[in-house]
Amino acid sequence: METEELLINMGPVHPSTHGVLRFKLRMDGEIIKECTIVLGYLHRGTEKLAEMKTYLQFIPYTDRLDYVSAMPSNYAYVKAVEELADIEVPLRAEYIRVLVMELNRIVNHLVAIGSLLMDLGASTMMMWGFREREKALQLFEMLCGARMTFSYMRIGGVREDLPDGFIPKLKEFIEDMEKRIADYEQLINNNEIFLMRMKGIATISAEEAINYGMTGPTLRGSGVNYDIRRLEPYSIYPDLDFKVCVRSEGDSYARYIVRIDEMRESLHILRQLIDNMPESSIIATQKYGIIPMTGAPYTAQTYFPRIFTPPAGEVYSRIEAPKGELGFYIVSDGTTKPYRIKIRSPSFCNLAAIPQLVRGLKIPDLIAAFGSIDVVLGDVDR
Amino acid sequence: MDPVTIDTTKISTIKKKPQTALEKLEDTGLIHTVLSAKDRKGLILLTTVDQIFNWARLSSLWPVTSGLACCAIEMMGVAMAHHDIARFGMEIFRASPRQADLMFVAGTVTKRMAPRVKQLYEMMPEPKWVISVGSCSNTGGPYHESYSVLKGVDLIIPVDVYIPGCPPRPEAWLYGVIQLREKIKNEGYGAKWGINK
Repeated sequence: METEELLINMGPVHPSTHGVLRFKLRMDGEIIKECTIVLGYLHRGTEKLAEMKTYLQFIPYTDRLDYVSAMPSNYAYVKAVEELADIEVPLRAEYIRVLVMELNRIVNHLVAIGSLLMDLGASTMMMWGFREREKALQLFEMLCGARMTFSYMRIGGVREDLPDGFIPKLKEFIEDMEKRIADYEQLINNNEIFLMRMKGIATISAEEAINYGMTGPTLRGSGVNYDIRRLEPYSIYPDLDFKVCVRSEGDSYARYIVRIDEMRESLHILRQLIDNMPESSIIATQKYGIIPMTGAPYTAQTYFPRIFTPPAGEVYSRIEAPKGELGFYIVSDGTTKPYRIKIRSPSFCNLAAIPQLVRGLKIPDLIAAFGSIDVVLGDVDR
Repeated sequence: MDPVTIDTTKISTIKKKPQTALEKLEDTGLIHTVLSAKDRKGLILLTTVDQIFNWARLSSLWPVTSGLACCAIEMMGVAMAHHDIARFGMEIFRASPRQADLMFVAGTVTKRMAPRVKQLYEMMPEPKWVISVGSCSNTGGPYHESYSVLKGVDLIIPVDVYIPGCPPRPEAWLYGVIQLREKIKNEGYGAKWGINK
C-alpha cells in the first residue's frame, strides 16, 4: 500500500542514540526508505586543541574521545608519539599497558552489550553489565584514582606502578567474570525475543563492510579475520596467546556474539599477563637530549623532560581499540607542540555504514543495528 | 493574588521549649520537611502547604534523559544498581521532557547543541530544576579554549546546583542531588515563579 512519505527526526536527544546523534529518516509507513546521519552535536574541536597543547598536555584529551574505553585511546596516542621520538618502553610498562587495555576492553563490551539490551527493552543486562563494570572501575581506581578518564599512560611508560593488592583483586575479578559471562549467555543468547530482533537483521557482507571502512567487532562479525593485534602486532601482543573472534553471519547477532567471545579472550590474555609480569622500571629512562631532574623519586614525572621536542616528521600509528582501528596521525615540526593531529576513530567509520544497514527496515531495527555497532559520540564528533 | 508576608526580623529568635506536637516533632530534627518560620524566609501562611508540596517534589524528582557526553556514562553508573539513584526516588529517567522536572546537563554543551538544550529546558513543565554536571557544562572545562564549546550552560539556562569533576564521581553526583533536595525543601510558595522567594 502506498502511503505518504514522512520525515522523522530521531535525536539529537533520544535515549537510544547513545548521546547526541541525529538520524533524519524518510519513512514510507513503518519502513525506512532513507536514513541520513547528522553529526556535529558533540564536536569539541579536539584536533584543533591539540595544536595549542604540548605533547604531554594532550593526553587527557584522548581520554575524552572514547570515554567508555579511555585506556586504548591513551595508548594509541602515546604509541604514536613514542614512534615519532623513537622512545623505547620498558617491558613491565608494556605489560601494564596491555593489562589495562584488555581490562578496558571488557568494560567497553559490558557497556556496549548492556546498552544494546537496554535499547531493546531488557534492562536486566544493563544492571548486570554495570555491576561488573563497577568492579573493574574499582581496579582502575586503585591504579590511577580515576574511574573513567584515566590519563594513565605517559610517553615512555605509565604513570604509576601496580599498587599492592592489585593483582589478587584482579584475579578475583577474572574468576568472577568468567562465571558472569556464562550468566549473560544464559540470559540472552537463547532468548526468543532477542533472537527475533537480532538474527538476520541489518546484515552486511564482508565486502561491503570493508568498503565502508568498518573495523573491530563489527567487521569481524561479517567474517573478516582482521585484528590489528595480529596483523600489525604492537606492544607485547606477539608473545601472547589469543584467538581472533570471527563470525560469518554479518548480522546484529553476530556482532553481539563477537563481543561476548572477545571478553573471554581478554580474560585469557589477562591471566597470561598476571603470570608473566616482569620486574623492571615502568617508564623509559633514556635521555631525550635533556637531562632529567636528579635526586627526585623514580616516577614518570622525573624522567620525562620538562621541554619535550620530538624530531620533525610525521607518523601514523594504529591499534585495535575495543571498537575497531584507532589511529593517530601526528605531524611534528620539531617544536614542543604538534603541528597537526588527525584522529582516525573507529566509531566514525563504523557509523558510516548505518544508512546502508537499515534501508528497508523498521525504526526498532535501526535501534538494534545501531546498538550492535557500538558507537560513542565523543569518538565520532571529536 | 500575592501571599501575605511577615517581617521575619520581628519574630523572636530565642528558642522556646517545644510546646505543641508539631514543635516537638521539629525539635527532634528527624522530620526534615518541617521548617521553622525563620527558615521559610517570611512566608507563614502557606507553610504547611509548602511543606507538603516540597516534600512531594523532592521525593520523586524525575530527570529527563539527556546525556550529552562523558558524564552521561557516569549518569548511567549512578542510576544502576551499585550507586542506585532509586534511593532518592529518581530512577525513572523520562525520555520526554514533558514528563520530567529535573534536568541533568551531563556533558559538554557545544554551540551546536546549545539551542537544543535550551529548547529541552523550555519544554519541561514548571516547577523545574537544573543540575549542571561536570566541568564542561559548568565552565567549558578542558574545552574552554575550544571554538565550538559553550563556556558554561548557565549562559543559556538557569542552574540550581553545580557539580564539579571531569566526570564527577557518583558520590559527588549524589551529594549534588542531596544539595538540590535541601534547596527544594526551603523553597516558599511560588519561589519558582519569582514571587516571595
